[in-house]
Amino acid sequence: MKPLREVGILGFGGYVPMYRIKDEEIANVWNAQTSGLPVIEKAVPSQDEDVFTMSYEAAKNAIARAKISPNLIRAVFVGTESKPYAVKPTGSMLVTSLGLDNRSLAAEYEFACKAGTEAFQSAIALVGSGMLEYSMAIGADIAQGRPGDELEFTSGAGAAAFIFSKKSKETVAFLEHSVSYVSDTPDFWRRQGQKYPQHAGRFTGEPAYFNHIISSVKTLFEETGLKPSDFSYAVFHQPNTKFPLRVGEILGFPPEKIKPGLLSPVVGNAYAGIVPLGLSATLEVAKPNERILVASFGSGAGSDAFSFVTQEALEEKKNLAPLVSDYIKRKKYVSYVTYALYKGKIPR
Amino acid sequence: MSESVPRYWREIKIRERLIGSKCEDCGRITFPPRKVCPYCRSRKLTEVELPKKGKLLSYSVVRKPPAEFEKYAPYVIGIITLENGVNVISQLTDIDLKDVKIGMELEGVLRKYREEGEEGLIHYGIKFRPRIK
Amino acid sequence: MKPIVVGVGMTKVGEHWDESLKSLAVEASLEAIDSSGLTPEVIVFSNMMSGRLQVQDHLGTLLADELGLRGLPAVRVEAACASGGVAFHVAYNMIKSGIYKVALVVGAEKMSDTSTEQTTTALMTAEDREYTGFYGASFVSLNALAHRLYMEKFNVSEEEMASLAVLSHENGVNNPFAMYRRKISTKEVLESPYVADPIHLLEAAPISDGAAAVVLASEEVAKTKSSVVSVEASTVATDAIRYYEREDLLTFESAKKAFMNAVSASKIEKDRIDILELHDAFTIVGYLTLESAGIAERGKAAKLVASNKFTLSDKPAVNTMGGLKSRGHPIGATGLYQISELYLQLTNNAGKNQVDNAKIGVAFNVGGVGTTTSVSVLKRR
Repeated sequence: MKPLREVGILGFGGYVPMYRIKDEEIANVWNAQTSGLPVIEKAVPSQDEDVFTMSYEAAKNAIARAKISPNLIRAVFVGTESKPYAVKPTGSMLVTSLGLDNRSLAAEYEFACKAGTEAFQSAIALVGSGMLEYSMAIGADIAQGRPGDELEFTSGAGAAAFIFSKKSKETVAFLEHSVSYVSDTPDFWRRQGQKYPQHAGRFTGEPAYFNHIISSVKTLFEETGLKPSDFSYAVFHQPNTKFPLRVGEILGFPPEKIKPGLLSPVVGNAYAGIVPLGLSATLEVAKPNERILVASFGSGAGSDAFSFVTQEALEEKKNLAPLVSDYIKRKKYVSYVTYALYKGKIPR
Repeated sequence: MSESVPRYWREIKIRERLIGSKCEDCGRITFPPRKVCPYCRSRKLTEVELPKKGKLLSYSVVRKPPAEFEKYAPYVIGIITLENGVNVISQLTDIDLKDVKIGMELEGVLRKYREEGEEGLIHYGIKFRPRIK
Repeated sequence: MKPIVVGVGMTKVGEHWDESLKSLAVEASLEAIDSSGLTPEVIVFSNMMSGRLQVQDHLGTLLADELGLRGLPAVRVEAACASGGVAFHVAYNMIKSGIYKVALVVGAEKMSDTSTEQTTTALMTAEDREYTGFYGASFVSLNALAHRLYMEKFNVSEEEMASLAVLSHENGVNNPFAMYRRKISTKEVLESPYVADPIHLLEAAPISDGAAAVVLASEEVAKTKSSVVSVEASTVATDAIRYYEREDLLTFESAKKAFMNAVSASKIEKDRIDILELHDAFTIVGYLTLESAGIAERGKAAKLVASNKFTLSDKPAVNTMGGLKSRGHPIGATGLYQISELYLQLTNNAGKNQVDNAKIGVAFNVGGVGTTTSVSVLKRR
């Protein structure tokens, strides 16, 4: 897909909560083996945080890098599967708290882990069609996983926000092309009113994660004529450490191109937030005129693929807000009990 | 003792963005916004958004919280002198009790203050935490 | 024309599980009326929280009815913890105006009807709850902000900060109306848990029930009585409702102004005061009151108390009947306990704690964090 007019990223910002729990600590609680754990540690939000507050901070950072008055932004889309209210938009809460213009579009996207990049597509389309000048897309989640379930070892937390405008000298990267690819594939779901998701074990791999990402990325290659060697970096959805590296290997991306945006080993899988966060981290290390592949995956299932090319403004704008790496460095380990309390697993 | 919905709603912008008022006659800024300047009694006041960086002036640890704050207790409450010299009161977050020090550099972030039970409204406002950068 | 105190009445302060707000107020009122031998023409009721703790307002009329005084004009006065002193100020002016000749002013608070969380929430209405309460501050924690700043700025130790609580308990032992009639040591204070750091439990006046009443009469009516205590001044002053907005967080402007006005109205200078009732809801409130009034030097009040000043044999003697800390602090009644205790001292009825030759007594009743202060100056004629 290509918009009518060229669209770029004007500002971006990530956020990772301060607390961490090591996978080893979780394993010890459940008497599980400590070898072959899916990630090293994962981010745990404080009990006063939720998707609204995490989105707010990521958006603040994005606004700082965009260097525009927030009231120029006329659309805010939040991709998440853990919004604070089942019915009551987080988007409108962000409009008021960030001081956006009330004459704005505000909505949530839900598509498991790819809701964040769904929000990208819509925000890009509004700017690309000329309907408005500035739009914001956020991916944010406090991932849920049932205590003791495999998901508990990976379900992290994080958010990232992107402000789109038409391509200009001010944009840090521009969009070359994008693809969306979906099919009804029941690998992971959460029924209405349930607290924790269900998943189909090994079925989440080949027919779900790998099939959809490979399909979207190959379509992008076909439609653009680009090949893996044209890209300096690739950000894949990362439910664990292994999958993104494996899908990269299949598609022809060596680990060094993936690692700058591979955050799940230290943040966990922040569901809809993890690919946008990975893209933020990648932008923070990229130089101008480099190409970045982004391919999300959302259960149920689908993948959005994007090709972005960085621009000169990136260098100057990087340091206008805290880096994802600053948030990752800022950490304090908590015990399983504190983690359970903060995540509301112990009612209080 | 839950707040009424309209009462909470009226204050959302003030609490989430730290909106104060500036006196056009004497230039003093106060939080929250007012109709009359307490320093010169001028009625020419305009709304201003306050900076969200400041220093801790004094603090206490609330061990016996008011109703609906039990979930977060013990928590730190402090007076923060913002970059423009205006004092505000706020909770501190992302900090251990033992690490709180008068004079420390803080920054405002949006956080939950309380929830009206499992089904009611969630109240948000600015809290301050140690500066990241 | 100086209003004369012609009668007082107090209930014991404590947890009165079997008494209601109404029955406590009636008990203190009847005692004050009986001791005055007069019938009031007007009732002023002081209370802070009945609307929230008992879900009952319209207290003036309620009490008039209960006292068999239907038909009398009656008002309720509220000024947080200073309600009692402010109600006294209202009654004082009613008599002084000449419109009324006998006024009953009664304060009552019943704080044990609700949970600690509910009472804590209600106490926060002393501040601008919409802004300070929203942030989860408790009333104790606001005073703790001042307490910490005071220690930091004037280099005051925890031991010194505790000293006013120790002094009040020392005196409260001999007050039959006091809630906690036992001595406490500095060590005990500092070993008690924090309510809001750095304020320890034993530095905070207890949540309590109680009622105190005073009958004020005009000089003309009082002539026929043997009463000897006149009210030389009753003043009230206020400050910013939100503590954090004060320009000088360590001066109670309200105490400074109210005391200055009381001195000028009564022509009684501070060195003539024999007895001083301080509002030691928290020790810091006592220290900042002493300093703001100019009775102690800035930054020196806690050190003075710690060096054994203000004891019963000193001039002025402070909190001779136990203050808020030992006697207890039933909010709306506190200001009237202070007046009643001064009356006992000035009429030579203070028992074991009688201060020899006590002629002049002053009470500081403080609401909020030094937000409203009433000063009452009483004199033995």
